[in-house]
Amino acid sequence: MIPGPFSYHRPATVADAVKLLSTMGDEARPLAGGHSLVPMMKLRLATPEHLVDLHGIDGLKGIRRDGNTVVIGAMITLHQLLASDEIAKSLPILHETALLIADPQVRYRGTIGGNVANGDPGNDMPALMMTLGASYRLEGKSGARDVAASEFYQGAYFTALEPGELLTAISIPVPAAGHGYAYEKLKRKVGDYATAAAAVVLTMAGGKVATCKIGLTNLSETPLLAEDAAKAVIGTSLDAATLKKAAAAAVAIMAPAADARGPVEYRKHVGGIMVTRALQRAAGRVG
Amino acid sequence: MAKTHVTMKVNGAEVEGLVEPRTLLVHFIRENLGLTGTHIGCETTHCGACTVDIDGMSVKSCTMFAVQAQGSDITTIEGMANADGSLHALQEGFRMMHGLQCGFCTPGMIVRAQRLLKENPSPTEEEIRMGISGNICRCTGYQNIVRAIQYAAARINGVEFKEAAE
Repeated sequence: MIPGPFSYHRPATVADAVKLLSTMGDEARPLAGGHSLVPMMKLRLATPEHLVDLHGIDGLKGIRRDGNTVVIGAMITLHQLLASDEIAKSLPILHETALLIADPQVRYRGTIGGNVANGDPGNDMPALMMTLGASYRLEGKSGARDVAASEFYQGAYFTALEPGELLTAISIPVPAAGHGYAYEKLKRKVGDYATAAAAVVLTMAGGKVATCKIGLTNLSETPLLAEDAAKAVIGTSLDAATLKKAAAAAVAIMAPAADARGPVEYRKHVGGIMVTRALQRAAGRVG
Repeated sequence: MAKTHVTMKVNGAEVEGLVEPRTLLVHFIRENLGLTGTHIGCETTHCGACTVDIDGMSVKSCTMFAVQAQGSDITTIEGMANADGSLHALQEGFRMMHGLQCGFCTPGMIVRAQRLLKENPSPTEEEIRMGISGNICRCTGYQNIVRAIQYAAARINGVEFKEAAE
């Protein structure tokens, strides 16, 4: 399978990339790791006339701590995330999630920017970014703006990105020391997208949940924040009745598609189980 | 579509060629360079048969364009044997432990396992299985592939290879 013809561009700066993308409009696509786009191009489901390869832009690489925020360049690969001591220390749930994405070869190429910007409901990072309260830096010809992950996703493959805009960095507030976390992902095999997945970040005080965020992957057209489910566990010790109530509240907002991963009822059912397991495992990690 | 001139190092030799932007790296390696040890399996980034080593990374060469490899340093299965022509420890391991049947996935397995052992010279069985999880084998059930990689790790580390008890 060979993609359709295109012109190849390799800018060295964000400004040049934005200029190319704005000038060429809808016919141009940015190329990050390419592990979603290139397969789509081979199937001719995507036929861009211009590819703007972002690999030559040093400004999109790097992981830095800025006070209580970790800033990750869009072209940081999943492999680089896994190799980062800063991520392992301040955002262990990001490490855990990256390890559940695709396979080693794909993780050497696949980028966090591509994962969050593509708008594929099957991608794992978007729900996690909403759970962590992350924001995205979008740069276009009229300047830069920051958009919260929770405001970014509008539908399957539809995001807040305007034509000509590029997602250049992700800022993640570092969760409180001693927080509990878990990303639970049910998949048919290594490398598959989630049948259902749930991200949990919580803190506890005196044996009770003090704060909690729950994100859901591939259980709707967009990633979801399960706010009622999270509210249901605040102030509790995550007893069996509470877990059941939280799972039910999360299931209530799930609207997965029926596909090869299972019918709607099954995916909602296992979605509830992922929420329960993630809550329990997160609570067990509070330290 | 206009062709682009590319140069890169493959198995230690400087190579060059003219490619369309849409030419996939695996096609450049097989058709322009005549190195057909790198196989095309699924063409959908799943199977890992086309795995090559690029600048210290295991990459599925069906999911990268040849123009993107400009200036890079690539190793394919043809570059695995030792300088004196003797087999690399992984090649020897696959032979000794019967790590292949039809052999289609083997080049990708060996090139991937080489990077795995460079990053983690003494992997556990679990780490080996996760490390080759991007490479699919339809024949062996992976048991002997894992043994082959364990054999190679022992050889490289200069220790005696001991098979785990059944």
